Amino acid sequence: MKNPYLPYPVRIDNIEIATEDKSLKTFKFVFLNKEDEEKFAYRAGQFAELSVTGKGEIPIGIASSPVEKGFVTFTVNKAGLVTSHLHNMKAGDIMGIRGPLGNSYPWDRLEGKNILIVGGGFAFTTLRSSIVYMLDPANRSKFGNIDVVYGARSPGMLLYKEELVQWEERDDINMHITVDGTDDPDWKYNIGFVPPVTEEKAPRADENTYAIVCGPPIMIKFTLPVLEKLGYSHDHIIMSLENRMKCGIGMCGRCNIGKELVCKDGPVFTLDELNETPKEY
Amino acid sequence: MKVIKIDKKAWAGGLEKSRSGYKLFGPVKEKNKNFGIFKELGEKQMPDLKIETRLSPKSVIYPQSEVMFEYSTDETRDDCNLMKAPEKDCSPRAIIGISPYDAAAFLILKRNFDTPEYKDPYWCNSFEASTFIGIAVNEPDSTDFSTSTKTGPFDTSGLDILLVDTGDDYLAQVVTPKGEKYLKTAGWEVEAGGDAANKIEEMKKAAEAKISSHISFENIKNKSILELYEADFWEDISFACINCGTCTYVCPTCWCFDIQDENKGNKGKRHKNWDSCMFPIFTLHTTGHNPRETKLQRVRQRFMHKLKYFMDKYNDGIMCVGCGRCVRLCPVNIDIRTVCKTMNS
Repeated sequence: MKNPYLPYPVRIDNIEIATEDKSLKTFKFVFLNKEDEEKFAYRAGQFAELSVTGKGEIPIGIASSPVEKGFVTFTVNKAGLVTSHLHNMKAGDIMGIRGPLGNSYPWDRLEGKNILIVGGGFAFTTLRSSIVYMLDPANRSKFGNIDVVYGARSPGMLLYKEELVQWEERDDINMHITVDGTDDPDWKYNIGFVPPVTEEKAPRADENTYAIVCGPPIMIKFTLPVLEKLGYSHDHIIMSLENRMKCGIGMCGRCNIGKELVCKDGPVFTLDELNETPKEY
Repeated sequence: MKVIKIDKKAWAGGLEKSRSGYKLFGPVKEKNKNFGIFKELGEKQMPDLKIETRLSPKSVIYPQSEVMFEYSTDETRDDCNLMKAPEKDCSPRAIIGISPYDAAAFLILKRNFDTPEYKDPYWCNSFEASTFIGIAVNEPDSTDFSTSTKTGPFDTSGLDILLVDTGDDYLAQVVTPKGEKYLKTAGWEVEAGGDAANKIEEMKKAAEAKISSHISFENIKNKSILELYEADFWEDISFACINCGTCTYVCPTCWCFDIQDENKGNKGKRHKNWDSCMFPIFTLHTTGHNPRETKLQRVRQRFMHKLKYFMDKYNDGIMCVGCGRCVRLCPVNIDIRTVCKTMNS
């Protein structure tokens, strides 16, 4: 019987500071056993439990993309016991990852559609995974227009800056990068919160356009009315939730919202589905 | 229906004999207490089939604390930081003297731990290794409402053998081949006479008739989750609750758990421990945000899970077998039967 609690052993291959305040780092892991990488086959939007031996586990969205082979990456905010310890680890250290867990963004439904991505702060990880997946030469033709609104407090708090710049220069993706404010005179992108920038730049809704929204609660709160104003119906608005988790496989009982388990039935839900559940997230 | 007759004089001898193939578990009286607890039976120790158990027997399959993995954080070792599952004893075990509804509770737990996508090997292996030998409840307690929950004092759905105490004898109703195998090992093979099945049926009817407490959840099925969730009766229901968690610990169907690493020097163990939705830390985010911050939210979660979410998810009744433990042991007299009635009205 396969033990779903047993993490795959991994080596930290590289650690990069992801934001100017050093509160986020991106960890690149390599599987110690090559065959585990195949078993870890994932879709954009899924997460995994990072297991730090002696400290515990923490559920984190997968930031690398299924089209990137040989490693997996996670961008982790330093917040609690496990993540603080993780931030003090070094390349070469051995730890575990368990997954992939949860559903993913609904790629079957999204194929052939225009995609609007709205992200804020450090919630951009699985969105980055999704963008890299869609922009892959083998996949780009499967999608219509791709628009991305991504905002952070300041330029230094944007994740994956080099990639953002590269995407800006492409003509097959419309980037709308924004910051709450900056004193950088050379800042050439938007200034303003995500909701108003979305209202101004995002495409209007139609049957063939889906919005994927991921960000802090305050951003979600003010972005949803904007999307409604733009005509997005609730079954075309896709969101990813976070709740406290332990097992990640639907057994330990704490992450439920009504009858749905965020770890197993989610973390991705349409707004339509969320409207039917208690708001316990 | 195959029924074996066990003379009570042959009871101790048969149990002893069955130890050749099984580890035995059963209710045992706690020292200086007037209640029992399910334990592995020591040498010559006999199960007490009459004693009330406060904690359900779920711990026999699902211990309150269980080691999932062992590890070393010693960097000079090759296996530094790697998790290893300890050898687990999965030899056959017989759980003797479990009530029919406590046995049925394992079928509810099975839905959680044995799913099409994932199987919890700790739970599943223990469950598979177990033979459940139930004792029919001839004198149901006043808090027993098991006939309303698809089980009952003589229910065999979770059992391999049902023992019926007729005074001088036990009539052992053979429910599964697993049960038959146990009876053979114990040397109990004499079939009861032709009227045994009728006798069991009569006693079953008599026991069921003694149950005075009934609940109905027909209307709960037809109400929406949000309608029940947003109802204004939760304030009243949760008012007296002190969030002690007793209800969740004594419940045979509560399955929630926590995972914790415990270190001693550079060695450690990853444990699976019972947890409770009554505790605020159960759902507390690292940010300080808590989706079930208030007592009302937590009490509502427990009853909604048992009486609505489970029903909607599996379409197979409620997550309760009507044993009455939470009713008897709640220090502030919160009664699931009343809650169910309120939700159903």
